[in-house]
Amino acid sequence: MTVTSVAPEATPGTAPRAKPVGGGLLDPKQLWRSTPGALRKLDPRSLWRNPVMLIVEVGAVFTTVLAITDPTVFAWLITIWLWLTVVFANLAEAVAEGRGKAQAASLRRAKQDAVARRLVGWGSETVREESVDAVALKQGDIVVCEAGDVIPGDGDVIEGIASVDESAITGESAPVIRESGGDRSAVTGGTKVLSDRIVVRITQKPGESFIDRMIALVEGASRQKTPNEIALNILLAALTIIFLLSVVTLQPMAIFAKGYQGAAPDTEAINADGVTGIVLVSLLVCLIPTTIGALLSAIGIAGMDRLVQRNVLAMSGRAVEAAGDVNTLLLDKTGTITLGNRQAAEFLPVEGVTAAEVADAAQLSSLADETPEGRSVVVLAKNEYKLRARDEGLMPHAHWVPFTAETRMSGVDVDGRRIRKGAAAAVMKWVRDNGGHPSGDVGPVVDGISASGGTPLVVAEHLDGQPARALGVIHLKDVVKAGMRERFDEMRRMGIRTVMITGDNPLTAKAIADEAGVDDFLAEAKPEDKMALIKKEQQGGRLVAMTGDGTNDAPALAQADVGVAMNTGTSAAKEAGNMVDLDSDPTKLIEIVEIGKQLLITRGALTTFSIANDIAKYFAIIPAMFTAVYPSLDAMNIMRLHSPTSAILSAIIFNALIIIALIPLALRGVTYRPSSASKLLSRNLLIYGLGGIVVPFIGIKLIDLLVQLIPGI
Amino acid sequence: MSSTGAGMIFLLTLLLALAVSYRFLGDYMYRVVSDAKHWRIERGVYRLVGVNADGEQSWGVYARSVLAFSAVSILFLYAFLRMQSLLPLSLGFDNVMTHGAWNTAVSFVTNTNWQWYSGESTMGHLVQMAGLAVQNFVSASVGIAVAVVLVRGFARRKTDQLGNFWVDLTRITLRVLLPISILATIVLIIGGAVQNLSGGTDVTTLAGATQHITGGPVASQEAIKDLGTNGGGFYNANSAHPFENPTSWTNWLEIFLLLVIPFSLPRVFGRMVGQNRQGYAIVAVMGILAVASIALTIGFESAHGGTVPQAVGAAMEGKDVRFGVPNSATFAAATTLTSTGSVNSFHDSYTSLGGMMPMINMMLGEVAPGGVGAGLYGMLILAVITVFVAGLMVGRTPEYVGKKIGAREIKFASLYFLVTPALALIGTAAAMATKNHETALNAGPHGFSEVLYAFTSASNNNGSAFAGITVNTAWWNTALGLAMLLGRFLPIVLVLGLAGSLARQQPVPESAGTLPTHKPLFVGMVVGVTVVLVALTFLPALALGPLAEGL
Repeated sequence: MTVTSVAPEATPGTAPRAKPVGGGLLDPKQLWRSTPGALRKLDPRSLWRNPVMLIVEVGAVFTTVLAITDPTVFAWLITIWLWLTVVFANLAEAVAEGRGKAQAASLRRAKQDAVARRLVGWGSETVREESVDAVALKQGDIVVCEAGDVIPGDGDVIEGIASVDESAITGESAPVIRESGGDRSAVTGGTKVLSDRIVVRITQKPGESFIDRMIALVEGASRQKTPNEIALNILLAALTIIFLLSVVTLQPMAIFAKGYQGAAPDTEAINADGVTGIVLVSLLVCLIPTTIGALLSAIGIAGMDRLVQRNVLAMSGRAVEAAGDVNTLLLDKTGTITLGNRQAAEFLPVEGVTAAEVADAAQLSSLADETPEGRSVVVLAKNEYKLRARDEGLMPHAHWVPFTAETRMSGVDVDGRRIRKGAAAAVMKWVRDNGGHPSGDVGPVVDGISASGGTPLVVAEHLDGQPARALGVIHLKDVVKAGMRERFDEMRRMGIRTVMITGDNPLTAKAIADEAGVDDFLAEAKPEDKMALIKKEQQGGRLVAMTGDGTNDAPALAQADVGVAMNTGTSAAKEAGNMVDLDSDPTKLIEIVEIGKQLLITRGALTTFSIANDIAKYFAIIPAMFTAVYPSLDAMNIMRLHSPTSAILSAIIFNALIIIALIPLALRGVTYRPSSASKLLSRNLLIYGLGGIVVPFIGIKLIDLLVQLIPGI
Repeated sequence: MSSTGAGMIFLLTLLLALAVSYRFLGDYMYRVVSDAKHWRIERGVYRLVGVNADGEQSWGVYARSVLAFSAVSILFLYAFLRMQSLLPLSLGFDNVMTHGAWNTAVSFVTNTNWQWYSGESTMGHLVQMAGLAVQNFVSASVGIAVAVVLVRGFARRKTDQLGNFWVDLTRITLRVLLPISILATIVLIIGGAVQNLSGGTDVTTLAGATQHITGGPVASQEAIKDLGTNGGGFYNANSAHPFENPTSWTNWLEIFLLLVIPFSLPRVFGRMVGQNRQGYAIVAVMGILAVASIALTIGFESAHGGTVPQAVGAAMEGKDVRFGVPNSATFAAATTLTSTGSVNSFHDSYTSLGGMMPMINMMLGEVAPGGVGAGLYGMLILAVITVFVAGLMVGRTPEYVGKKIGAREIKFASLYFLVTPALALIGTAAAMATKNHETALNAGPHGFSEVLYAFTSASNNNGSAFAGITVNTAWWNTALGLAMLLGRFLPIVLVLGLAGSLARQQPVPESAGTLPTHKPLFVGMVVGVTVVLVALTFLPALALGPLAEGL
């Protein structure tokens, strides 16, 4: 027996090795362009949402007053750098928003000037067409679009078929087909009909179109704080209060100390009234978590932006965060794990027949089979046995028998030879009807293929005057996309369970599940089963993510914690999910999970960094404040900073510059490679924890070396 | 044997004994708080109080029960102290004045046992036994009960039922504290501690003067004073008094008693959440901090190069020669690492950095291992805060033993964390600003340390004093009383609230993506967070006190 197989095609939809998630680079010009926006954000009313930076601003106002009443070089420099701290924080947010604004602008262009051709009296005898402004369309209106028209609003095609250019929203220039009925009926406002004519029922409310929502999302206008962000804000607020307390309560203690050491000289840091206002504010600003406070909202905006760059629209930040928490991924088999359709993998001849003969007969009988399976037979015969596809037209006396769902066979009658190929049961019945006894020959092979999860197609021939006989079996099987096993292994390391959903029987499902390396599968799945599975997982406390496109997926998409609807799907599916993938690539769910995780990691890492920074600042500021009173405290000046004023100024400058230095990281997100929680923690703790302790010691010392050159410091 | 060698043996045997009791006492306490059956005597108590022992409470009801019970306790104790002269066994002592009674009532109900008075010359035997000693038992039980509720919050799922305060209180008192104290009392009596109802005897001293030496129910008070991490001594000299702490081995026993319950409670946590390793992780954090602190205290005390210590060969001022430097330093660290506050030497006389250590121990929030119950819940709060930051760094919504740490949980945890530093710092600043620090014996940084120590001790419910400061004034008694009251009950309410919101959750199943909270990395991180947060909060204040003095 000759066993042949085809290598899976490495073309569309394969999953390449995941790149580390990253974002675009930060263009220095972008910083400059965002500066006016950053200055506008100095308005306390807009800073109100960020209590940490609001405190810095209040402090800056206070030192400004002090610097005016009692001007010194030191006071003015501190004041300037405090203002810069606030501006830098605003700049981070402005840059993050700026990226979305550019995208929004291009979306707006797609929206402009659309004029709708509304059909009045649809369904009655007299249908009249009228021109209305697209913005005036209401839910339920019927419009007609012909080649060249821009579709005026979101809706479902109720009549006709057309090719549509959706590049305005997806960026993909290849047109897509939209037709009435089925799962490809949804159209999006702002896209353009390239050919033919469709009638569309509008499903959106005025001003709530897909494009409107996209604009709002990328601009960050509808941005709400996500649950983790709120929790982190609470922690930062608590830390801020603690530090506020330790700074405020320091004053009576300092007055006492200065009073006790009455002979100690007054300095710019401390006098008989206690620590000077400028220094007290500096201490406070250095201690409160300004770094993370400044970058927190930029991190959130940039996280959404990273999704947009991958053509995924998240309807809420909450969904992005939930994606990082997902425990279970439900993946549809077809299109996600395997290539679209089953393909012929090998020809298995019966005793006394060669594989080449089976291939030849199979090819002939499949020429009239336009199904993907049929075409894959022809492809396999060509690839493995160099059998060129014979043109139907070149065999004039042949009688072609096309594949139909009733007969479940296709074939050809030519020169007294009749060949049939099709579902095992159907072809074997045909052989028996024509006097043959196929069971003994192909029965075991057919059963073997079924048992392994494949689909057997039997090839048989009937020569005039002889009983029909089976020639062999075609093994059709699902072809798992390249690289999927590695992706699933990766998921497992991240602690995510993958479940394959398929309509196949359990046997077939198991075979593919084993080959692809998923953790579990749900066979013979009906939409209710999917729903039940999601609920069961959720009852166990797990978060579930899934993709879907059909209307019957909508309930499950709504139930799942992360439901990614394909853009090609129905509007019901898109409404139900909390994300839409404009590329309609179900594999992207995995990337979405990674982006969600990266968002959280970035927040955690910068929080750690921010708090760890405080240690070095203490070693700069405490000796600077009190060495004049208690000279022994000079032992804490381990960085050997030049003078008390240079030490405090260096700490403040470092505190401001670190914000600018970290903007690219906040926008790009910290590097994330899928691995177990332990590894991630040790790595990030090393970089951002230990780094957060060490970096400011070096930074403050270097700044001090420069600052001491300023006269009067 | 050299003092250092003896000190090492002292410490190692202590560690060994604690390690053994971790398992046994921990398992026993676990059974006590999860037992479905009531003892007959307990049922009698429930009938007397009129509670349904089989009905459980939500966190709000539990909190109200704790507060009501404590409020009644404070009022009762206050009344008791105010009419001491009318009571039997008063030894002729007067009624305690208002602010003093307030301070002492709050002090004993909050498990602080801050003493502005000298026990032997202020309190009669009845007040000591029926007033103060009773609170030594029940205030300790309240602490353990609250910790158990927090653990139930982690262990239970989708419920608002967190146990019954009256049942927890009764059981912990009757089944845990009472038997161990009775045992310890007997051992202490064997060791030479006194136990009688004598009004005292007058003896003629070497110099020919007459001294009145009070006897009393000392050993029994001593046992629960340490076991319940209360710390209120029968005598002013506390555990430095030979009637309280006669020998070196009773010194060992007392340190063991004050550490044993706090160090065993993490076992209850591990058992209840069904993962003993989580208990080991928590006890490891406590152990690392405790050992480091004890080592530093001994180190600072042994190595200080002051003129007098140099001359006499050791920093012996304020220490009892029976105990020497290592055993005194160990006691000082242990009493402040827990919320006990009993002393066998005088912290004010410690070297400046050595004296800073007890202060830092308390500033840590008394979590290593902390007061009975209070230590465990304080440590779990720190673990929650650590998990939150660490959890974000692994890319998931942070979770601890299956429970998500969201906005609500972090709110409770952060507020908890705010309370004691706020009280300690505001109190100290207020004393400085209102010139009430002037009752301090010393001026300058040491005088400041005395004030800082007093408020840190009161806010953290420790009760030990740096001493050297006259606190028997209306201002000090009132202010410290407030610090003790708020420092005890605000955190308790927040802990119970946290327990309530944890218990309501459906636990998240563990996976490879879950942050492992039982591994050394996490243990180290909790240690780091604890130390860094404290350092950041208190460093400016410490700089003006012990650091200015000692660097």
